[in-house]
Amino acid sequence: MGAGHAHTLYHHGHTRVHRLPPEVKVAAAFVFVLGVAVTPRHAYWAFALDALALVVATRAARLPLRFVAARMLVVVPFVAFALLIPFVAGGETIDVWGVSLSRDGALAAITILAKAGLGVTTSIVLAGTTEQSRILAGLERLRVPTVFTTIAAFMLRYLEILADEVGRMRTAMRARGYAPRWIGDAGPVANAAGALFLRSYERGERVHAAMLSRGFTGTMPRLADEHVTRHDWLTGIGWALVPAVVALAAHLAGT
Amino acid sequence: MHAPDGFLNAGTAVATGAISAGTVGVAMRQAREELADKQVPLAGVAAAFVFAAQMINFPVAAGTTGHLLGGALAAILLGPSVGALVVTVVVVVQALVFADGGLTALGYNVLNMAIVTSFGGYAVFRVLKRLLPTDSTGIASAAGIAAGASVVLSSMAFSLEWLFGATAPVAFDTVFGAMVGVHLLIGIGEGVVTALIVRAVLAARPDLVAGVWDVDRLQLQRDGQVGVRQLLLVTVVIAFALAAVGSQFAASDPDGLERVATDTGFAISAREHPLSSGLFADYATDGVANEDLSLAVAGAAGVAITLAVGAGVFAAARRRDRERRPTRVD
Repeated sequence: MGAGHAHTLYHHGHTRVHRLPPEVKVAAAFVFVLGVAVTPRHAYWAFALDALALVVATRAARLPLRFVAARMLVVVPFVAFALLIPFVAGGETIDVWGVSLSRDGALAAITILAKAGLGVTTSIVLAGTTEQSRILAGLERLRVPTVFTTIAAFMLRYLEILADEVGRMRTAMRARGYAPRWIGDAGPVANAAGALFLRSYERGERVHAAMLSRGFTGTMPRLADEHVTRHDWLTGIGWALVPAVVALAAHLAGT
Repeated sequence: MHAPDGFLNAGTAVATGAISAGTVGVAMRQAREELADKQVPLAGVAAAFVFAAQMINFPVAAGTTGHLLGGALAAILLGPSVGALVVTVVVVVQALVFADGGLTALGYNVLNMAIVTSFGGYAVFRVLKRLLPTDSTGIASAAGIAAGASVVLSSMAFSLEWLFGATAPVAFDTVFGAMVGVHLLIGIGEGVVTALIVRAVLAARPDLVAGVWDVDRLQLQRDGQVGVRQLLLVTVVIAFALAAVGSQFAASDPDGLERVATDTGFAISAREHPLSSGLFADYATDGVANEDLSLAVAGAAGVAITLAVGAGVFAAARRRDRERRPTRVD
């Protein structure tokens, strides 16, 4: 359950990674995690090499270790799920401190954790080095329909405002002595959420009317495309191909 | 619910990605007409609302809290196509901008959290709306039960994907039982809170609830005398009835489930070699004593999800043919 994060991950900087055009970084992130996804399970040295490539990217982007580590906590619920696997999985069992665990289950859990960790770190490097508006611009240049990116742009623009609104509602309710104990007390929270919907909707209408009066025709003007050099693509995709190459090697080596 | 990378195998990730992209493409085309081309800002703010609604904690018990998933709520308030599109935007942005949910997991995350919940929840809502009284309480109850059902459908969808793309030797039965069991409980919370939110919106601006655009407004403002506790009671009873009936059915009468599966064509391959097709992950069916049962449950779940999602898509498509609903901009 990942909730409660209105603050974006962007970590300001002027490194080579920050400067790469967003479409290159988005494409590279996808290529990288796809490479990780096709890595054969139990090829631990392959995961170690992938992790090394990520360490290089993180260092090049000068992302502080604490920043990355804190953000990796979003996968915790699934880590809990993965840790359950050895207990419920079938197959050969091993004894660890008197508890019988499934050997295959334990190995599978390690693989799942490795892939999840590599995946989330890749996403952190992408989001940490690219402003949100540039991620959307990158998506647009990668041919994602403009309806989609425009909705996303408006969403991000108003998210902070709505999050603040949620905070104010929470404060107001607490100030009036609202201390819910169980779901039977959920009424006031739900009413507040209903009010939030109405305010959001009416805000959307106002924004739309204001935009119409300023000559909005249904599409947002597109900013001038950044110049993307072949070198940018080579750098981004070259880095991103590491897991795919490693995975291929692991397949050939038969581990 | 935001699954990270590597939870299901690469093939399943790609297949669900293709299904999700196709469905979202269709939803986008319909949404563009429903949004009358120019209300993209409105959809954006609605997406921000869904995102913010996921940040509102509601009490569960003994000081613990949960939060909304919001797929069914979005579909009922905005219509299934716009709802699915808006929740998809939320899920994709959470993955790309907030590093929440894996990039290769986007296919199944969008499918489970946006498409199945929106279209499935909306289909259940449409059916219940016809059965329940069309006053504020009836509509709110229909919305609540639909929201609860949407969460369970979503967990069934994940279990089915596990059957095809398991990455650990955990049997399908175990995953199905655990996922659906846990999500029955989550569904109770989702259902109660969704019902209350819909009731609050109906009381103030019934014209903004897309799910009831065909219902007389005066009727909607009539409020039945049902409070939070009654609603909670009804939802809990339904959930436990479902759990009891489901487990009985599965345990004592596997033939019954199997017949359902056979009738609908799901178990045809089960007659011969159920696992020889190579379609199912070896892992999911590893160590399952009763493979027919496992397959039959999968079949039943598949039928339920397909029917619900299909009916939701159908309802969304049919609405365009009818008279356009009155414009929602004042």
